[in-house]
Amino acid sequence: MRLPDLLRFTTLALRRQRFRSGMLLLAVGLGVAAVIVLTALGEGARGYVMGEFAFLGKDTVIMFPGRKETTGGMPPVTGTSARAITLEEVEVLQRTVAGIGGVAPLVLGNAPVSFEARARDSMVIGTTADFFDIRLLEIAQGSNLPDLALDEGKPVGVIGQKLKSELFDNRRAIGQWVRLRDYRFRIIGVLKGTGDSFGLDLSEAIFIPVASAQSVFNVHGLFRVLMKVQDNHRVDEVKSRVADRMQELHDGELDVTVISPDAMLSTFDEILRILTLGVAGIAAISLIVAGILVMNVTLMSVKQRTAEIGLLKAIGAPSAQVRSLFLAEAALIATAGAVLGMVAGHVLVTVGRHLYPAIPFTTPPWAILAALGLAVGTALLFAWLPAQQAARLEPVDALGRK
Amino acid sequence: MKAWSWFRRMIEVRGVSKTFYLGDSAVHALDNIDLHIEPGDYLSVMGPSGSGKSTLLNMLGLLDRPDDGSYLLNGVDTMELDENERARLRRDQIGFVFQAYHLIPRLTARENVELPLMLAGVAAKTRRAQVDEILDKLGIGSRAHHLPNQLSGGERQRVAIGRSIVMKPSLLLADEPTGNLDTRSGQEVTQILEELNREGITLLMVTHNQSLGDRARRHLRMVDGAILTDHQQAGAEPNRAPA
Repeated sequence: MRLPDLLRFTTLALRRQRFRSGMLLLAVGLGVAAVIVLTALGEGARGYVMGEFAFLGKDTVIMFPGRKETTGGMPPVTGTSARAITLEEVEVLQRTVAGIGGVAPLVLGNAPVSFEARARDSMVIGTTADFFDIRLLEIAQGSNLPDLALDEGKPVGVIGQKLKSELFDNRRAIGQWVRLRDYRFRIIGVLKGTGDSFGLDLSEAIFIPVASAQSVFNVHGLFRVLMKVQDNHRVDEVKSRVADRMQELHDGELDVTVISPDAMLSTFDEILRILTLGVAGIAAISLIVAGILVMNVTLMSVKQRTAEIGLLKAIGAPSAQVRSLFLAEAALIATAGAVLGMVAGHVLVTVGRHLYPAIPFTTPPWAILAALGLAVGTALLFAWLPAQQAARLEPVDALGRK
Repeated sequence: MKAWSWFRRMIEVRGVSKTFYLGDSAVHALDNIDLHIEPGDYLSVMGPSGSGKSTLLNMLGLLDRPDDGSYLLNGVDTMELDENERARLRRDQIGFVFQAYHLIPRLTARENVELPLMLAGVAAKTRRAQVDEILDKLGIGSRAHHLPNQLSGGERQRVAIGRSIVMKPSLLLADEPTGNLDTRSGQEVTQILEELNREGITLLMVTHNQSLGDRARRHLRMVDGAILTDHQQAGAEPNRAPA
């Protein structure tokens, strides 16, 4: 039988059972749509998390005081009571450990920043010019923090967009002096964009040299140290060299934690990928249920069309042809359902993207292929049994039954 | 079997039996039947219900297998064929006309006639001419695009006949072809079948209708699975199939 004839014959048979075919279409379509939407959610979540963590930067090593025995987890939010990391130690690291490029020690604090009569409680970040490179931040106006020795303070600061507009409205901020506790700082730059990432809204922050921040908050230890790994060095090697060096500096005790976001990110990536696979698997179950429905419907079809099967055999259709007629029906409806489900799923994903632009919902290509393959595959698999039943009917028996 | 006999005899049945079991009792639907049919012959099979007429027809049409005996169709020993080979023989050499028409309800008259060609994989272009010819010949050209439920009984049976001859079979088996028709349509259908026989097809018709049965050249009467009488009308020679 030629393909166009087969398609026409099959389509006519399906059209005759509109309701039944419609239900099947719905079942298969729902299954495929579920796979597409759920994997898009999973991939969206993965993309979102990856995006959020991307600020940690590539090829970066992060060090903070205290020892966390767990690996691959989140860095602790606050420092612990372990021995502090000092600027001198950072300076030693930068000088002696091979592979370290830029270094951004961090001192964090909250303090009111005031200009004329206005004051805003702001996050104060004491760091170096390298911080902006490492965190991929850009300066919109003015200039970056100056290149200073680590222990050198200077009364200059860079502020975020939001803080700038809160203190200065539309006036020019560059060159103005703001007050921070007992110190005054001259604004030399404004950060570009919101810089919103991971709970820290950098657009509401003011950046000052790390030594100045130590004076303002009267602290000695560092909250974090971000280190950029040079291109020709491996991140994990630099990471262990830093840890070793710190252990030496701290009299043989390893009381700092050194992590690399790359390793962390790839762990997250893997976890979220597995999660996506998991939800895809759950959605796939609905396709298998649809397959069972296909079996029932084909079984009904075979029972109802027994006389027709008898006739087909009488006019010379071999068993394999009778079987393929019923299989073609199952395959056709599964394919149609899958296409419908794909369109519906795609529409839902697009709507989701419009509602939550921050989350990059995308269905991975493997999920589309898998959904299509599974839909048609299970339909054929489950239709095989009833189709085989039809093929095995004795023509004389089949013709006799009305 | 002698060498020349295989092309002379279209059907050669020897010692064929078929037994059905209804509960504990055995019903001999066919009881050691011997039957030879020449190409181009016109036979009627008559007999009471349950005498095995339809079983004989199904057996000759390769729809059913005998329990015992041998059946040669155009020289081919059908007992040795598997189901696919039997399907091929049915497709190429045998046409069926049933009392209940057995048209496919969702296909038009034309498509029903076309069905065997379609199943055989004949290209649509080639099919068209063949089907047109048959539809015109059977006088249903104008009804070609009607569905079976839009046709009268006589028209339906003509569609069924069209379907049975579209593969140009040598043997036409008709099981009560006029059983569901009024007298007039029945006569028309019978005339069509006889016309086909005159053109060379071997026609075997199972019927209850005495006057219809009498029109055949050869009359078989069956009782209890056996051929009771086999009466050849005097002077009648079977039509020879054009070689």
